[in-house]
Amino acid sequence: MSAVSAKPPRIHPLLVRTTHWLNAVAVTVMIGSGWQIYNASPLFPFSFPGTFTIGGWLGGALLWHFAAMWLLVVNGMVYLSYGIFSGRLRRKLLPLRPSDFVRDLAAAMRGRLAHADLSTYNAVQRAFYIGVILALVLVVLSGLAIWKPVQLQALTAFFGGYQSARVVHFLAMSAIAAFVVVHVAMALLVPRSLLAMFRGR
Amino acid sequence: MKATQSWSAIDSKLLIKEVAGRLDQPTRRAFLRQSIGLGSLVMLSDCDITDGLGAENALRAISRMNDRVQAWLFDKDRLAPEYPESAITDPFPFNAFYKQEEAPDVDPSDFALEASGLVDSKASWTLAELNQLPQVSQITRHVCIEGWSAIGQWSGIRFSDFLVRIGADRRAKYVGFKCADGYSTSIDMATALHPQTQLTLRFRNRTLPRQYGFPMKLRVPTKLGFKNPKHITTIIVTNDFPGGFWENYGYNWFSGL
Repeated sequence: MSAVSAKPPRIHPLLVRTTHWLNAVAVTVMIGSGWQIYNASPLFPFSFPGTFTIGGWLGGALLWHFAAMWLLVVNGMVYLSYGIFSGRLRRKLLPLRPSDFVRDLAAAMRGRLAHADLSTYNAVQRAFYIGVILALVLVVLSGLAIWKPVQLQALTAFFGGYQSARVVHFLAMSAIAAFVVVHVAMALLVPRSLLAMFRGR
Repeated sequence: MKATQSWSAIDSKLLIKEVAGRLDQPTRRAFLRQSIGLGSLVMLSDCDITDGLGAENALRAISRMNDRVQAWLFDKDRLAPEYPESAITDPFPFNAFYKQEEAPDVDPSDFALEASGLVDSKASWTLAELNQLPQVSQITRHVCIEGWSAIGQWSGIRFSDFLVRIGADRRAKYVGFKCADGYSTSIDMATALHPQTQLTLRFRNRTLPRQYGFPMKLRVPTKLGFKNPKHITTIIVTNDFPGGFWENYGYNWFSGL
């Protein structure tokens, strides 16, 4: 067994790696097609450049959006069920103390946050991962609210009506997009972490 | 369900212009330059990583699955929220595949609504006859597929009453609509029989204006705006999937709210 123990320990089980990359595909398609849909009737005084959109026109983007939503939701439910019932989410992301977050954020800003141990997340990482999971739940719920404002009218009312559910959907997308930018930048800065998401170790 | 081309011939130049209007600038230029077939629009722009036709077929198959999911989710007794008069959007937006001044000018004196397909009575209806039928009214939210929405007040005949009156086979699957502007669409029978689905003759208690669909439109507060056809000339009750104008270019057929 010496050959096995010489390898670094496995930090991402296969199920986590698979759902991670499927989620990456789903989020990319949802955001790209969502930007194209947004452009048909912009909520704010700007549009997304066509280069970063998926679908070519409103009808194409909607086909992509309402196809990738299944991948996003089913894959997300598999990931969350596994994470909750295996205890992995709790083990990896909790506890999250505000004092630790402030300390780690200050260290990160000075470029002094250690990444030696990939198996343990610092408080900033924990906050980011919890935050993006919540943003993904919010984007799905607000998406359902604007997709089905009659059949799911209680949900739409919960978001303050159709118009504000649209704004919530947009803001949740913005939070996810911002996370992706930071997340990808950090993965590229610490290539071992990117490798671990393929190999598991 | 197969998409068949049952809608009447429309001005193809007008259509190309309209579809181009919904594209991004670079895509629009490519579209107009190369006159790419409309069916391949889905794959234009940034998704040439996969075989265009294969991906489009897969997306359309998922869209048909979404039709079934939405039909299952549709509750025939669930009403769309109604609003107070003060919530009505003024001015109410105009939207079609042409400019407002190009809306059809239907002459009310020789207008006749045709009922066809699986109906007992194929007699046509004049506006005077339709105006004498019992009328209902609603203030509901119109949700456009583009994302915007607006609240309006529509009055007319409860559509299920009209279907009973013409002896429509209410076990048929679809009700299709042909319109004076070349537009067409179709809805499922469950939605056609929904209590708020309305054959609309008035907007804000006045005769339906030309830009909102004179002489009549179908108001369906449980579906997206493009499933609310304006300037209706023919109603068809059928078991053969009638498709529709935008549906044939890829808009989801059920498009329930």
